[in-house]
Amino acid sequence: MYGGGNVFEATKFDNLQTEDPAKLAEFEARIAHGEKIEPNDWMPELYRKQLIRMIEQHAHSEIIGALPEGTWITRAPGFRRKMAQMAKVQDEVGHAQLLYSAAETLGKTREQMLTDLINGKSKYSNVFNYPAYTWADSNIISWLIDAGAIVNQMANAKGSYGPYSRALERICAEEAFHLKYGHDAVVHMATGSPKQREMIQAALNRWWPPIMTFFGPSDKMSTHTETLMRWKVKMASNDECRQQFLDMYVPKIWELGLTVPDPKLKKNMETGQWEYTEPDWDEFKRVINGDGPCNAERLAVRRTAEERGAWVRRALLNPKAKYVKPLA
Amino acid sequence: MNELAIKDLLYKLADDQLILGHRNSEWTGFGPILEEDIAFSSMAQDKIGHSLAFYTLLQDLGEADPDTVAFTRNANQFHNSQLVELPNGEYDFSLIRHFLYDNAEIIRFEMLSQSSYEPIAKVATKLKGEVKYHVLHANTWIKNLGSSTEEAILRLQSSLTEAIPYALSMFEPSKFEQELIESSVYAGEEAVKAEWLKRIQAVIEKTDLKLPDLHTIEPKFGGRHGEHTEHLQPLLDEMAEVFKIDPTAEW
Repeated sequence: MYGGGNVFEATKFDNLQTEDPAKLAEFEARIAHGEKIEPNDWMPELYRKQLIRMIEQHAHSEIIGALPEGTWITRAPGFRRKMAQMAKVQDEVGHAQLLYSAAETLGKTREQMLTDLINGKSKYSNVFNYPAYTWADSNIISWLIDAGAIVNQMANAKGSYGPYSRALERICAEEAFHLKYGHDAVVHMATGSPKQREMIQAALNRWWPPIMTFFGPSDKMSTHTETLMRWKVKMASNDECRQQFLDMYVPKIWELGLTVPDPKLKKNMETGQWEYTEPDWDEFKRVINGDGPCNAERLAVRRTAEERGAWVRRALLNPKAKYVKPLA
Repeated sequence: MNELAIKDLLYKLADDQLILGHRNSEWTGFGPILEEDIAFSSMAQDKIGHSLAFYTLLQDLGEADPDTVAFTRNANQFHNSQLVELPNGEYDFSLIRHFLYDNAEIIRFEMLSQSSYEPIAKVATKLKGEVKYHVLHANTWIKNLGSSTEEAILRLQSSLTEAIPYALSMFEPSKFEQELIESSVYAGEEAVKAEWLKRIQAVIEKTDLKLPDLHTIEPKFGGRHGEHTEHLQPLLDEMAEVFKIDPTAEW
């Protein structure tokens, strides 16, 4: 699950000055023809750097995203939900595995990426810095966050880097099941007992503001990404993704008798565009820079998992090494 | 055939799988490497699926539906061995438990696939194919880590010593033991235990680990008739937390 779109650095023309112009032209021509770039092909450093950053952030989002929903595996009500929730979260961890492998083809190891994650050097999708207070929150994540991720990932699956694009195709196929599962769970809540309806509406109220920021800042304020769009690294603008998401899911939310907590939300029939209250981008920036309700907790959990598992990785990497006891 | 004896057997099988499946699922997101995270989650799904299959057989014998049985009983109504309810601890403990448990479970399923009680035989035949992979996973990891770094060996040895009294409790005989054996429903716990010992010894011999002398160890019996450690009730409370908000609701 990954919204993306929010963490590109501005591309500077300077970055390309050192590249061989003939190779760069050939590279751009291949992409323009719709060819995929493969790991051993020539590529500009900027392309490599941005892809590593993007795929790595996506992979981190999968394992960090497994935490808020993972909490509810042991609490899922009834066999049907328990088994589905387990399978769903396991898929997300599996996506991380696929994506770390895709990123490794560009020259950065999984271990290094995980180290950067727990040191706070690399980011993950900002929505996972918000808590899943109840089972209903977990249902909203399964439905609407996965829905958002599909919008983003379907676009990126058409990107130019072969390993990432192929990983995304597989991921999207699984996410489509998550979406069905999430929708089914929300339908049961929204058409269930008064208590269930109250729970799901409260969860939607909590999650709507993060969902609106899921695709990243408005295009008006985003850094320029023309080069990345030309290289088919970034495939759709943040606002395009947001509009597509609203178009597909707001009617479905209304259909269930739920209220979207934004009085300004409506589709302008003349422009065909959705109008909404501008998300609080200052809060978005604050949270992405570490000051959200769950940033510290999420990284602490990940750090603990890394530390507790370190002996296993040492044993696998160096099966015959002898442990040297401290002298003192 | 004595229905009480069959039900007792089914509860034991179902509760073991449910509780260990639940524990395995707690690894989701926390594994030492992603591949192990995924493996434990996958085994958790299988085990909980197996428990559902056995609870469904119980429902066919007149017990309540699987959700009610799994999500509303208290600890003293559970028939699982104490081994499966213990907290996951570190990965070494979870791995050792998985090794000791699944090597017994596969034998149970192999024997039950020959059961004179056809519904159990059918289910066991189907499920043993899945447990085979759990055993393969456990044995591979024990062999790899059990002869790797000194640190890993020390950890696994200490967990093995800690887990063994609980593992022996898997073979606590039921009060219907003789009857089940005589009617060829089940070969009985002594038979499972003897075969289990051979199989785990064969794996442990290939490592730097040592199996404690089992004659000197007192098994932690009690689980099969509702006596549990202090760890089971909190697990059940957590499992039922949402379900009990409204047990009549469809979630």
